[in-house]
Amino acid sequence: MTLRDFVNKLLGRQPASAATAKERLQLVLAHDRSDLNPELLEQMRREILEVVSRYVEIDLEEGDVSLETEDRVTALVANLPIKRAKAKATEQERSEEETPVWTAVQG
Amino acid sequence: MSDSAVTRYILICSGKGGVGKTTLTANLGIALAKQGMRTAVLDADFGLRNLDLLLGLENRIVYTAQEVLTGNCRLEQALVKHKQEPNLALLPAGNPRMLEWLKPDDMQKIAAMLGESFDIVLIDCPAGIEDGFKNAVAAAKEAIVITTPEVSAVRDADRVIGLLNTHGVKPIQLVLNRVRPKMMANQEMLAVDDVTDILALPLLGLVLEDEQVIVSTNRGEPLTLNGSNSPAAQAYSNVARRICGEDVPLIDPAKARKGLRAKLGHLMQTKIF
Repeated sequence: MTLRDFVNKLLGRQPASAATAKERLQLVLAHDRSDLNPELLEQMRREILEVVSRYVEIDLEEGDVSLETEDRVTALVANLPIKRAKAKATEQERSEEETPVWTAVQG
Repeated sequence: MSDSAVTRYILICSGKGGVGKTTLTANLGIALAKQGMRTAVLDADFGLRNLDLLLGLENRIVYTAQEVLTGNCRLEQALVKHKQEPNLALLPAGNPRMLEWLKPDDMQKIAAMLGESFDIVLIDCPAGIEDGFKNAVAAAKEAIVITTPEVSAVRDADRVIGLLNTHGVKPIQLVLNRVRPKMMANQEMLAVDDVTDILALPLLGLVLEDEQVIVSTNRGEPLTLNGSNSPAAQAYSNVARRICGEDVPLIDPAKARKGLRAKLGHLMQTKIF
């Protein structure tokens, strides 16, 4: 906190606007920069599902791949419920447990 | 005749309109010509052309880029030479109806023609990121992005930088325009470092808000033409010198202010905890 911020606070004034501008800009730019059009996102979703389903059987209906922006970081979040692992597919392992498989973070 | 391979093609762009692209193009054009560079300024803003007006050449236009492209005149006939600075020539933008057929290829053709007789070509880009921008960027190898310390201008500049990167334009440098030292000192305007950090570009120039810019555009005489020593004139000349490879230190907005208020402002910036 600078002396100016302190004085502003004492006088009940709004904090200086430059910091607000910077914060707002960083947020909006995180979104702008990761601007994937829905078509590309859908294509990426399909390809990710394809790769993952080579190893595990996943619930295609419930699968979700989306962009989330939080704390000035844009993240690609995939939530892919696994029906069962392909290698050791036995009857008793057919649980419908929902497990997030992975999360990729992009700077 | 110079070799077109060494001609520098510099796009001057911003995304947002009204931040100073055309004023920078006009002033840089004059300043570079003064340094002995054979300079062409190409008005790529076919929809809303204004470079002719800022250079005071609006009454001397006979042919434009349109007639050059359609083969109705030679390039030399369309180029408007500046009387006081004969090293500078303007290739005026054609009729807005040209936009119906103009393609990036056409701009590359014009650029190649200009490369035969100029050392440096400044391309005044239209605002926006649509076809006009795509045409202009096709003629460029490097770029100067100009912005003001305002959220909308910085955001639009960021979009343009992204597009320049995908078009392989390099290097991209930044000019920060209309800086108000007093507001910056009061932290009511984005700081220079804030803007350069956010956009992640090297700073090529810093231009203070200066009323003389308006006076000069009224007259059609860029500030760099008559050796004005107003803050903006100096900033533009410094940008031109840096383009030519000279190492000119950037001004410090905090030092542009003098007196007790400036000292108090500086004190207020002290970090207390």
